[in-house]
Amino acid sequence: MMTIRWPLALLFAVLLLLPLGLQDYLLHMAIQILIWGFVYTGWSVMGRFGQVSLGHGAFLGVGAYTTALLWNNFGLVPWIGIPIGVAFAVLLALVIGYPCFRLKVVGHYFALVTLALSQVVLLSIVAARDITGGSLGMTPNSVGQSSWLALQFTSKMHWYFVALAVWAFGLWVWVKVDRGMGRAAMEAVSEDETAAAAVGINVTREKLRVTVISAAMTAFGGALFGQYQMYLNPETLSGIGVSLQIVFAAIAGGMYSLLGPTVGALLTIALTEGLRIGFGTTLIGAANTIYGILLILFIIFMPRGITGFFGAWTKRRAATAAATT
Amino acid sequence: MLSVRGLTKSFGGFVAVSDVSFEVSEGELLGLIGPNGSGKSTTFNLIAGTLKPTAGSIRFEGEEIGGLAAHQVCHMGLARTFQIPRPFRKLGIRENVTLAAYYGRHGRVGRDEAEALAVEALETVGLPSDAATTTEGLGAAGLKKLELARALSTQPRLLLADESLGGLDVAEMDQAAEMLERIRTEKGITIVWVEHIMGVLMRVVDRVIVLDHGEKIFEGLPADAARDRRVAEVYLGTQH
Ligand SMILES: Nc1ncnc2c1ncn2[C@@H]1O[C@H](COP(=O)(O)OP(=O)(O)O)[C@@H](O)[C@H]1O
Ligand SMILES: [Mg+2]
Repeated sequence: MMTIRWPLALLFAVLLLLPLGLQDYLLHMAIQILIWGFVYTGWSVMGRFGQVSLGHGAFLGVGAYTTALLWNNFGLVPWIGIPIGVAFAVLLALVIGYPCFRLKVVGHYFALVTLALSQVVLLSIVAARDITGGSLGMTPNSVGQSSWLALQFTSKMHWYFVALAVWAFGLWVWVKVDRGMGRAAMEAVSEDETAAAAVGINVTREKLRVTVISAAMTAFGGALFGQYQMYLNPETLSGIGVSLQIVFAAIAGGMYSLLGPTVGALLTIALTEGLRIGFGTTLIGAANTIYGILLILFIIFMPRGITGFFGAWTKRRAATAAATT
Repeated sequence: MLSVRGLTKSFGGFVAVSDVSFEVSEGELLGLIGPNGSGKSTTFNLIAGTLKPTAGSIRFEGEEIGGLAAHQVCHMGLARTFQIPRPFRKLGIRENVTLAAYYGRHGRVGRDEAEALAVEALETVGLPSDAATTTEGLGAAGLKKLELARALSTQPRLLLADESLGGLDVAEMDQAAEMLERIRTEKGITIVWVEHIMGVLMRVVDRVIVLDHGEKIFEGLPADAARDRRVAEVYLGTQH
């Protein structure tokens, strides 16, 4: 426990002081890493139990668009809009999850259903162009100044601390799930649903539980990202591209460890920025292809992700060190 | 305690269990035997909710349970072991059993209590009850014991034990039989025990039911089963 607590406390101390020394550009990177780290952590809450969703873009889009549309059309502040967006995402997760889990749609088949879901949400947003702006995207109405009520800030520093708080909340949820009996139940379910049911585990319920938590976090992250960017685009907030990016980041960073998904966010943001700076606009859209290739490489060579890999490596080193002394 | 009436299960056109009826009374240790493929495990799967019956009724303590989901049947106090052990490999031995104790009682026990129930069940079957031991080192006998501990920790009133002797050597078989007997007498758990060989089972059970090709061909005392013509045919091949 001590071994885990100290570095984490140190990390938080650094993260609290960090923005003081950063210019806006780096702050912008940090905010994105935190928000996406939160989203990826949300994905791994279910992904770590073998429930691979290729459609989390759906929840991202529902959260972001609901919040923005309620604000633009009805003047509902994000404090109300975000919970409603999250509720819609949860509803969507239940509507998709319940029949899937009841009918034992698992593994590849489940992944395909979710993949389709993300595309359905993307196409719906594009089709409803009259209110969503279609593929051109939409902009939440700006209040022109920093406002807690409208959740709009002109200073990146504000955003940094909002994102930091949400990210920390995500870690807390991850730990809660990790420490509960529900984790053991889901490990059992992911291994053998029949045996799990035989010892009294309501398999459908347990799966829905993590799915709902995951969808809610993702929708929350999506809404927040929309607020931060002050621009919503169906391609970046729903559909297959961003869904695969989420999967890639969580797996590459390591979905079995607390900070793995955040490491994944570091990776995706660095990659996107690297491509943008290195190749300008010529490689726009190449990121998804690169994610795809990297995802395959990670699944083959580093299935537990970067954090899992180094975790095992340090353990091995400690073991050999102990053996030689 | 358990009343099975006209239980039938067909897989496509193949009838695995055909119009089987029997009763289990409280405190009984009932043997259910029959050659491989005679429908014993399917009967268990139907009672425990792993499979849905094609026809027939299953009443447990007066309530119809035919068609209920497996976890619901478990919550009612009916536990089962699997013929081929199905341990949760990602969890340690004790965690396997704690999980069963926790979920088997459907939230009626807390985590600490579940842990205590798990330790008790592991001691009953003679497995290590520390938190660190994994399932990795378990052989056939150990895995059978884990199955049993997991079922016991859900605090059942009726236990369905499927082929507890499969893959065991002679000494282990005697031990396993003695364990089931002890569970019945000391914990007061009613047991239906499935085995495809007669052997030790016949020495221990109060009553025996014999299945063949999904049909019940005998019901009565073990001593009578040994003398029954149809049972002999099934077990020794047709003799003219
Ligand atoms: N899920 C299933 N689908 C199709 N056939 C099955 C299924 N389960 C069992 N069977 C068939 O039903 C018959 C009875 O099997 P089972 O109940 O396992 O026998 P036993 O436990 O007595 O050896 C066998 O012929 C088996 O192949
Ligand atoms: Mg069998």
